[in-house]
Parts: sequence; C-alpha cells; structure tokens
Amino acid sequence: MNHPNMNPRTAASFPEAALPVLRNAQLRKNVAHATDVIQGKRNRLVAEKADWIELRDAASALRAHALEHLGEYLEQFEERCTAAGGVVHWAADGDEARGIIVDLLRAENASEVIKIKTMTSAEIQLNPALEQAGIRAIETDLAELILQLGEDEPSHVVVPALHVNRSQVREIFARRMGLEDLQDDPQALTAAARTYLRQKFLSVPTAISGANFLIAETGGVSIVESEGNGRMCLTLPRTLITLAGIEKVVPRFRDLEVMLQVLARSATGERMNPYTSIWTGVTPGDGPQRFHVVLLDNGRSAMLAREKERQTLKCIRCGACMNTCPVYRQTGGHAYGSVYPGPIGAILTPQLMKLEHAQTLPYASSLCGACYDVCPVKINIPEVLIELRAQVTDKERESERRFFDPIYLGMRMANEVFASARRFRAAQRMARIALWPFTGRDGWIHTLPGLGGRWTMTRDLRGLPSETFREWWEKRGKERAR
Amino acid sequence: MVAAMRTSLFITCYNDTLFPETGRAVVRLLERLGVEVEFRPAQTCCGQMHANTGFRGEAFSQAKRFVKLYADAESVVIPSSSCVAMIRDQYPDLINDLGNESLRREFKQLLPRVHELSELLIDKLGVEDVGAYFPHRVTYHASCHGLRALHLGDRPFRLLKNVRGLDLASLDNLDRCCGFGGTFSVKNAEVSSAMLTAKLQDVRSTRAEFCTALDNSCLMHLGGALHREFAAMRTIHMAEILASTEALPAEGLA
Repeated sequence: MNHPNMNPRTAASFPEAALPVLRNAQLRKNVAHATDVIQGKRNRLVAEKADWIELRDAASALRAHALEHLGEYLEQFEERCTAAGGVVHWAADGDEARGIIVDLLRAENASEVIKIKTMTSAEIQLNPALEQAGIRAIETDLAELILQLGEDEPSHVVVPALHVNRSQVREIFARRMGLEDLQDDPQALTAAARTYLRQKFLSVPTAISGANFLIAETGGVSIVESEGNGRMCLTLPRTLITLAGIEKVVPRFRDLEVMLQVLARSATGERMNPYTSIWTGVTPGDGPQRFHVVLLDNGRSAMLAREKERQTLKCIRCGACMNTCPVYRQTGGHAYGSVYPGPIGAILTPQLMKLEHAQTLPYASSLCGACYDVCPVKINIPEVLIELRAQVTDKERESERRFFDPIYLGMRMANEVFASARRFRAAQRMARIALWPFTGRDGWIHTLPGLGGRWTMTRDLRGLPSETFREWWEKRGKERAR
Repeated sequence: MVAAMRTSLFITCYNDTLFPETGRAVVRLLERLGVEVEFRPAQTCCGQMHANTGFRGEAFSQAKRFVKLYADAESVVIPSSSCVAMIRDQYPDLINDLGNESLRREFKQLLPRVHELSELLIDKLGVEDVGAYFPHRVTYHASCHGLRALHLGDRPFRLLKNVRGLDLASLDNLDRCCGFGGTFSVKNAEVSSAMLTAKLQDVRSTRAEFCTALDNSCLMHLGGALHREFAAMRTIHMAEILASTEALPAEGLA
C-alpha cells in the first residue's frame, strides 16, 4: 500500500485518494467492523440517557458561548495558568508553533520527546520539524505507536489505528520490537506495548501533549484517554509542553460535568472515559516542574469571524460523525488527506487551508445528515458543507479552466433552462432525442459518454418516457374540455 | 371524510421528465380522496441541484421563481422529500441573504403551506387508509431527507400498513444513505457506488418484490443498480402504491 499523504497541501483529491482504499478489502473490512462496534456502543449509551437531548443542548450552548467570548476566556486562561506556574505562548500559525516548541526542546537539550493525544501536532506537521532539529518524537498512545512503528498514518480522531486489525498489529510489533513469537491476543499485544513504552516513560524527560479542554476559570488543562499512557506522559517527565487550538477553552471547571459526559458517550460509547487528567500549572515536587502551553490559531480566528462556519470550532473531537458517516464507512480516514477525516474533517480541513487546498473535501459527502444527528455539540455539518461548496464555486467559476468543465457548463445551462417553462419543455424534448441513441430495446440506458458515464459505470438509467408529466396533464385537460 | 381541499402539485423537474407515472399517481390518489389538484405549468425546478453543488446565485433564482409562482396557492404538494427539504432548510438563508423584504414576507407566508406527500395525507387530510390495494411484498427505504430533514417518522409506515394485500418487509440500517447525493453520484462515483452496494445488501435481503420511497432520486439510484444486475426487485414511488386499487393497479403492473 502507498503511504497515505496526510498533508492537505499536497494530498490527492478525495475521489482519487478514495480509489486505492475502495480496492483494499482488508482495510474496508476493518473500518466497517470498528465503526459498527463503536457506533453500536454509542447508540446504546445515548439511548440509556433520559436527558440526552438536554445534555446535548447544554453542551452545544456551552461551546457556542465559549466561542462568542473566546478572547476573554483565553486571556483569563493565560492569567490563571501563568499564576499557577505555567508559561503560555501564542502561535499565529503552524510555523510559529513549531518554532516555539523546537526552541523549548532545545533549551532542554532534548534528543527525544514522548507525545500523547495531540492531533494538533499532526495538523502543524510537528514531527518532521522535530526530526530536522535532531529530536526523535515517540508516540505513546497505543494506536499512535502502532502507526508510528508501522509507518502508517492515523485514520480516525479517537481511534487512530481503526483501519488496522489485531493480526496486523501483531505483525508490526513482532517486526519492530523483535518479538518473533508474539501472539495476537489483546493481552500479549498490550504487554508488548507496555514493555516498550515503560522504558520511554521512565527515561525521556520531556513530553508534548494535546488538550481536550482548557479551563479559563482555573487555568487548568484536561486530557481524557483510555490507556493511562497519557497519565504517564503528563506526570513523569520534567518538562511538559501542551499544544492546543485556541478553541479548546471552556469557561468554568464545572462545565466539564457536561462536556465529559457527552464526550465519553459519543466517542467510545462509555459512561465515563477511564482516565481523566486535569492539571493546573506546576506543583513543586510533584509532576513536571516546567509547563508550557502553546495556544495555536492557525486559521481559527478567521473561522470564528464567519457566522455559519464558526460552529466548526465547537467540535470536541469525539469522532461520532465519522462512525456514522456512510462515506467514511466506505473509505476510512486516509482518503481525506488530513489528520482530521470524516464529516468534521471535510469542513475543518478546507477552512484551515483557507480553501486554497482540500477543495474536494466539501464535496466528499452525500449530505445525508447522519453526522448532524449524532454530533454532541450540534454542529450542522451539512449546512457548513454547502456553504463551503458555494465558496469553492464562487472562487472557481471565475477561472478560465472551469469554463468548459462539464459540471460548471451544465450548471450554467441548467440555470438558463430552469428560468423559463418554455425553455424547460424544449430541453426535455431535446434530452429525449439526445438520449434515444443510447437507449436499449428494453427502454433502459446502459452506457453514456462523458460525465454520464460516471453514472452508468455501475448503474443503469431508465430511458426518458415518451411523455413528460406536463404533456400528460395538458392532454388530460384537453380531453376533459371536450 | 376528507375536508374539501385544493392543492397545487409541484411535480419537480426530474419527476416531470423521468418519472411522470409518479405524478399521474399523485393526481389519481389525491382526486380519489376528494382533493382538487391543479398544476401550474410555469413551474420548473426548486434549485436543490444548484444549491447543493455550490451555485448559490442560481439556486436563489429558482427559489424566487418558486415563491412567486405559489404565493397565492392554497397549498403545495411535492412528491419528493429532498425538494421539500431544500425549501424548508435552504430557502430561508438564500432568501434572507439574496432576497428583498417582500420576497422574504411572501416566503414566510408560503412555507407552512408546502407539504411533502405523506405529510399532506396524514397531517392535512387526516387519512392513513387511502383505500389502496397492492398485493406485493414491499420494503420501504427512508430517504435521508425524509428521515432527518423532514422528520417524517412513522408516517410512511402508517400509510403502507393500511394498504390491503401489502406485505411490508422491514429494512435493516434504515437510516443509512443509498449514496446518491445528487452530483455526488458522479463527482464521487466510486464512493457513491460502494455506498450503493452496501445499501443494496440490506435491500436485497428483505426479499421484497418492490423497494419504495417518497423520493424518486434515491429510487433512481437503487433501481438503476437493481436493473443492471437483473435483480428480481424493482423500485416504485410510494404514490404509485397508494394510488393502486384492485380496479386500477399501478402502471406497468396491470
């Protein structure tokens, strides 16, 4: 298999990137199985919650409120975190964030760094920058470790190795850890990972983490996880650097009551996630003694300024939209060419790219609305997809190369046709004549040229009937008048 | 007994051109129930295709045309759930952003009078038993827009359960999309086909003779694949089932 390209600037278009995946039966089987299991658990745990609708409304309102007052809450977070002994850095883009992190690690003379729960670091392509600076990044989340050792890429925001099955994990561990006799039962695999990782936890003094929530009221940071590897990363090193998007802030400590409930149920189908870490600045003699938070903008404030798109930033990365998405269920995450796949990725990535890249992602959806239904913070993803499609179209239609593009041409012509019933009737007659040569004796069309061939590659099309509805209606009117 | 009512049929561009039998069935069904049906020949398209592909200005032109055309209609019936969803979910923003005050007012007054077919039957006419006869095994595909945008809920099932002779086969994963998605089916033809294959597994395992829905666009997708593989199942719009009687079976079945 080709190495998946997760850099939206250079990744192939969604339809192109989906092709090799669709031909990969093993991967599709893994994705279908995993999404079925997680979605089933999620549905059961949402159904048992009598006040789910109220809880979801509360979570949505809370996130919307935090975004409306983002500036105030971020300043409050900075003030409280600093007072507790943390150091807050502001990064306008990926470049700045990478620079800050590399400088901090250099000041520590770090040659290795352990990482946990940070998709944001993949968003800014941090690992290659660390490598250039001579610093080896070691992923400690079990799934991320599997991917790093397997030279693969994440395909889901909660279950990054969702596309890999147990026997594939065994193969990767056996090869990379030199364990020829390794069995593929979960106990053996986790034991192998534990032995490998414990050594790193105990020997590497610097760590990089992401954040699930930044708490403005206390200046605290929270991470939720299932393995406890995060807890190790957050407590054992001497120096901890947390990289977080500016949208992660919640106003009060007590807001976690709502957020943690909707997150665990939506993400993994659990009443509560196994490990919830919350830390505030530095505690002398306990845990990391140097703590930095890098607050990343990277296009987020531009999103915040736009009314319809702003809701994208409400996302708490639960991944429920991926598990339910009929597109993601077929393609898995790599086809999205970004660390953020699935429906949320289809709206988030193009915006992070300021629509200069990833322009096919807003079209990677049948607009079925399943994502909006399950979203615990009520992001109307279809609405944002349509908004982004309009922006892509507004931009593209000005360019000459789009003038004869069949979709653009067809849409302009259709608009002229729909502007008058007379023209519409003429077009109906012309279509009947134009399609006649392609219509078989059974009255069906089996092959069409051009764009139509994209339909007939897997589907027949019934030939046009000899009479449209409006022709029938007129005829009936005349007969009745007689 | 059904109260006297007039309704204007918005057939939709693709039903008009590709599925006139659905329109004929709507007329036959509603007239049988005592509804006076009219058809305004100036109608063309609701603008869904343009809106969902990103052509906002064009979509607005269609929206404006629709609102002007039906401003004085007593009610409008549309046998296509995705077109109704377009009007309910997308017209408000289009008209707010691009329309003037009078268009906004006209639209606001018109909107509550626009109904999807099963809504008109159950909510407006108050009938669940339309007196239909259709002695076949049928499965119902809940189109995404009917399910999640219009929240049709059990309305389609209530109508089908009252059809004499009909053997209703339940469909697994009822809430999952068939992969049509308008221009999605050609822009992302391979992914769309993979979704269709998954859907058809569930559809075929019902062993139904007919797969029905309240939206011919999904049925065109499902039916196109069923025809391609010579499956012993065909698609039929629910209006045609509901219009069917012992004396006058659905077109093509007599």
